[in-house]
Amino acid sequence: MLSKRIIACLDVRDGRVVKGINFEGLRAAGDPAALARRYNEEGIDELVILDITATLEGRRALADTIRAVARELFIPLTVGGGIRTEADAATAFDAGADKVSLNTAAIERPDLITTLANRYGSQAVIVAIDAKRTRGAGESGGDSRFEVFSRSGRAATGRDAAAWAQEAEALGAGEILLTSIDRDGTKAGFDTAMTTVISAVVSIPVIASGGAGALDHFVEVFTAGGADAALAASIFHYAETSVRSLKQYLRQRDIPVRL
Amino acid sequence: MIALIDYGAGNLTSVRKAFAAIGAEVFVPAAPQDLERATAVVVPGVGHFEATRVLQGAWTDAILARLGEGRPIFGICLGMQWLFEGSDEAPDLPGLGVLGGTCTKLRPPAEDRARGVAPLERIKIPHVGWNALDVRSGAPIVDGVATGTQVYFTHSYAAPITGDTAAVTEHGAPFAAIVQRGQVAGVQFHPEKSGDAGLRILRNFVQLAG
Repeated sequence: MLSKRIIACLDVRDGRVVKGINFEGLRAAGDPAALARRYNEEGIDELVILDITATLEGRRALADTIRAVARELFIPLTVGGGIRTEADAATAFDAGADKVSLNTAAIERPDLITTLANRYGSQAVIVAIDAKRTRGAGESGGDSRFEVFSRSGRAATGRDAAAWAQEAEALGAGEILLTSIDRDGTKAGFDTAMTTVISAVVSIPVIASGGAGALDHFVEVFTAGGADAALAASIFHYAETSVRSLKQYLRQRDIPVRL
Repeated sequence: MIALIDYGAGNLTSVRKAFAAIGAEVFVPAAPQDLERATAVVVPGVGHFEATRVLQGAWTDAILARLGEGRPIFGICLGMQWLFEGSDEAPDLPGLGVLGGTCTKLRPPAEDRARGVAPLERIKIPHVGWNALDVRSGAPIVDGVATGTQVYFTHSYAAPITGDTAAVTEHGAPFAAIVQRGQVAGVQFHPEKSGDAGLRILRNFVQLAG
């Protein structure tokens, strides 16, 4: 049976791992290669390196950081943040990335998804969707509308997250990384209702992100949310929860994991 | 030296790194005649079966010549599918044909929809992530690999279960995850991304090369 994946995200700025709350107020949390090593030993299924300030500052992906992390790691590695062009993606792949994650660039230039999927395969192209509940969106998810934001959550696009996820799949995306801006960094739990809505309309895997603060949040997003994978940063970085104890907790609740 | 064939189907950086990690020397042949100095041949690859079209002709001849001399060949993901007679993904395009059978698509989500399976219960295509191996033979390629070991997959088509199947994985339906027939071996998953288990299987292949 296919395991539910636990993915650790390293939000990197200037070669250091940082983690913010609602994309603001960044805190320092460590050396990317050291963290990657620790996660690998604990049994993390995948790693994401996100150059969080790249879009705002127009910076390129941090090839040196990718190389340092990829050197000793034999699990999938995704790089996002600042992948604006085919050349940016090539730099990331050459440095050792297995997948790139496109966010703002995919919204502004959807053909980039197809170009990269044709060249590297759909499995190498993740479309990251940062979404927020619009006013009046219900907790049930039934009539909820989730709006896509670009530019690190700063620019409203007026687009519906479910429609954009379907379009991204049609353009060649291999996975959707769905982040709740409302929940990011709050530890209040994933936006399970939003994850359910997106999971139901695409056939490619959905990675839920934003809000992980307790073990039960993962249970909820894998069961009610239908997520194929869950991504978290701070819950692991500050050693509040080890990857192994999270997976043991999930297995006890009949959620398939790799242990 | 192991020849790693770069036919433009995906990025080889991770495969090269993994062979380097187990101390195996790898080179990327620029032309089919470079295969003459290969002690073993690895055909990697991700993506559409159509990408294997460039392997027809001179590459195929050179690979079959090495195989005829007893050199082992190892297919990874699309490269493993290519070892079979063909794939429904590109029906007009033959594979290398050193393994019997044709690759088919994993059960598509539309079938689940038609059968009335609830949205969150449907299996997803592509099959992405860690899944378990059910080891079915004592083939050298699975030496030291136990049933239940998880490895990393990312694919939409898969090879049939035949007498050459060394391990099976299930996603919607069972398919061949590891194959071996003499000096021909292959894996549907990515050993270069499957942690220690993946490196073990790469070592087993390098052993075949002697």
